[in-house]
Amino acid sequence: MPLLELRDIHKTYHLGGETIRALDGVSLDIDSGEFISIIGPSGSGKSTLMHILGCLDSPTSGTINLDGMMIHDASPRQLAAIRNKKIGFVFQFFNLLPKLTVRQNVELPMIYSGLSSKERRERAMNSLSSVNMEDRSKHRPSQLSGGQQQRAAIARALVNDPRIIFADEPTGNLDSNTGVLILEMFDKLHKEGRTVMIVTHDPEIAAVTPRRIEIRDGKIANEIDPKLAADVPKFDQVTDIKSQKIPDMTS
Amino acid sequence: MNLGSIIESGFKEIWAHWFRSLLTMFGIILGVASLVTMSAFVKGKENLLRDSLAESGGLERIIVDDNDDLPDYQKHLEDEANGMTLKDVYALQKNAPLVYNVTPVIEKRSYRGSLRVSRKSKRVRYASVKGTWPSLLEIEEHELEHGRVFSDPDDLLANTVCIIGTQIRNDLFGEYDNQGEEIIPIGEKIMINYIPFRIIGMFKQYMSEEDRKKKEEARAAGQTVARRDYRSSYMSGDRQSHTTMRIYSGKNSTIMLPLNTLVSKLDSSYDRGSNMDRSLSKVAMNIYDVSTLEKSLQQVRNVLMQTHKGLEDFDFQTQEGFAGDIALSIQNERISGMFIAGICLLVGGIGIVNIMLSSISERVREIGIRKSVGATNMDVFLQILTESIVISVAGGIAGVIVSPILVNTLASFADDTTPPVMTAFAMAVAFGFSVMIGSMAGLFPAIKAAKLDPIQALRYD
Repeated sequence: MPLLELRDIHKTYHLGGETIRALDGVSLDIDSGEFISIIGPSGSGKSTLMHILGCLDSPTSGTINLDGMMIHDASPRQLAAIRNKKIGFVFQFFNLLPKLTVRQNVELPMIYSGLSSKERRERAMNSLSSVNMEDRSKHRPSQLSGGQQQRAAIARALVNDPRIIFADEPTGNLDSNTGVLILEMFDKLHKEGRTVMIVTHDPEIAAVTPRRIEIRDGKIANEIDPKLAADVPKFDQVTDIKSQKIPDMTS
Repeated sequence: MNLGSIIESGFKEIWAHWFRSLLTMFGIILGVASLVTMSAFVKGKENLLRDSLAESGGLERIIVDDNDDLPDYQKHLEDEANGMTLKDVYALQKNAPLVYNVTPVIEKRSYRGSLRVSRKSKRVRYASVKGTWPSLLEIEEHELEHGRVFSDPDDLLANTVCIIGTQIRNDLFGEYDNQGEEIIPIGEKIMINYIPFRIIGMFKQYMSEEDRKKKEEARAAGQTVARRDYRSSYMSGDRQSHTTMRIYSGKNSTIMLPLNTLVSKLDSSYDRGSNMDRSLSKVAMNIYDVSTLEKSLQQVRNVLMQTHKGLEDFDFQTQEGFAGDIALSIQNERISGMFIAGICLLVGGIGIVNIMLSSISERVREIGIRKSVGATNMDVFLQILTESIVISVAGGIAGVIVSPILVNTLASFADDTTPPVMTAFAMAVAFGFSVMIGSMAGLFPAIKAAKLDPIQALRYD
């Protein structure tokens, strides 16, 4: 049974008398441990799809089964609990709370799952060390570089051991070198057995994932699935291409 | 999310904007402090009025005095109206068993030169000279500290003896001699309208508990205590003694003479008619029980209607009306004060609403982030509500702490107001109000924050 099972998802908005079909009948299965990218130009509905998958939004019609739970008609309270325990988000603008230290930011999801402060601290430090940020735990986000902030955000996404991680343009606000590092980090997470979904408009970034889904006008326009076709460039080849393109500034 | 971490995050948020929070808190601090201050001043006034009620003889006292203004249907009999006389006194003693201590009083005040009380070159500025019987001491709750009360022979023989209050002593002799000992002028002579009177007794000094304590402390410390009449304390700006002395000064400025002495020596209209027809200032008496006040008044009235040939030329003064007036005026002041202080608190509460609204509009993104990592609407609601409650609780505590300072500052500005009395109850009420207002002020912003759509909130800049 797939981790995520979408059936005929529709999402319509009403904007000043005009009806916008952001999603128009999307069906999709995602298995546990997959590394997927959703690609599409802006306005294609990819963000809407991610919000619905991430339990931030509810579909107008259709069914979603996440890990055995029907979430398309769950209450806001249930959705919050699912976001808390089963989903990790990584955003383009990092979305760390500026007033809190890195460790407190990473602790944030655990505050809402009601863990004791001792346990929160331990798990936050574990999570930070998995992204090599344990020495920055007392810093404020404003004292960190973009890459460090994104790593802290990844640590936060990981801290409650979610079933799936959603990354919305995770490299969009980073320079290419740092972007590659972050993508490598996602690849590492995937290799550790986690399910990761990257949402992007950039085909180069999408190329790092074995499975790519292209969204256009609220529909799945194209899909490359390694299970269906074997001629997919490997991640190593992609980084080779990228490293050739970018001159090494350090030498 | 447990309560501990909610409150903790509330404190963190307030601390992060400590200056803004402090300004917001000021509204609550001032509201609470003004509520406590208002109640302290009203309470002070109430205490003073109740003291003066007790000092002037409590609820068991009835006074009957003249009323020249006859009812319309008796106007034509005005000439027949004699006012209160000794006849009435004797009649009441015999025929009104619900009252006792029926006592005639003729009172003369030396206020505008009608009566001159002096000794050598010194002169009393104000004295209330009462010709009466010894039972007046009980009715007016006088206590004799030195000497004796005048006796029946004193009255019968119209002896020129008097009992004085301490204020008269202070004016004519001074309070302390050179050795710092209190002057007790028993046996000395004073002049009333140039007639020498021998002092045979002196009342104790009437003053508030506060003043008594102060005085004892000062004596214990071995200091020479300044004269404590209210004029000098007024000059020196001693607020406490001035204001409390004012109600007691009337009592301290009493001179009591036997009734016959006053009539024969000091009353210029002496030779008009017999003693029994002498018109009295008033007749004072006690009732046995406050609950029989109405019946007692009726009884007295029945007797007097007989002796006055049916003419209603008398009036009753009871302390009950006074007590009612006190209660009413205190209640009025309390309501108006509460109203004003309540508005202060309300303004403080609106300040909290305002600041919380601007705070959440600054933190839309934060709320979005919190929701995306699993905060429920309830978590967000409680977080914002907690912040406003923390502000109002802190403001309430600070207000209660600040209020004594405010009370004392205001009291020192207004010399002749009554000394305020702060009560723990008023503080508790003010604090409770501030917490209530703070919680209500937090409700609307908290609901607004909880309802934010996480996607919109995350996109918000």
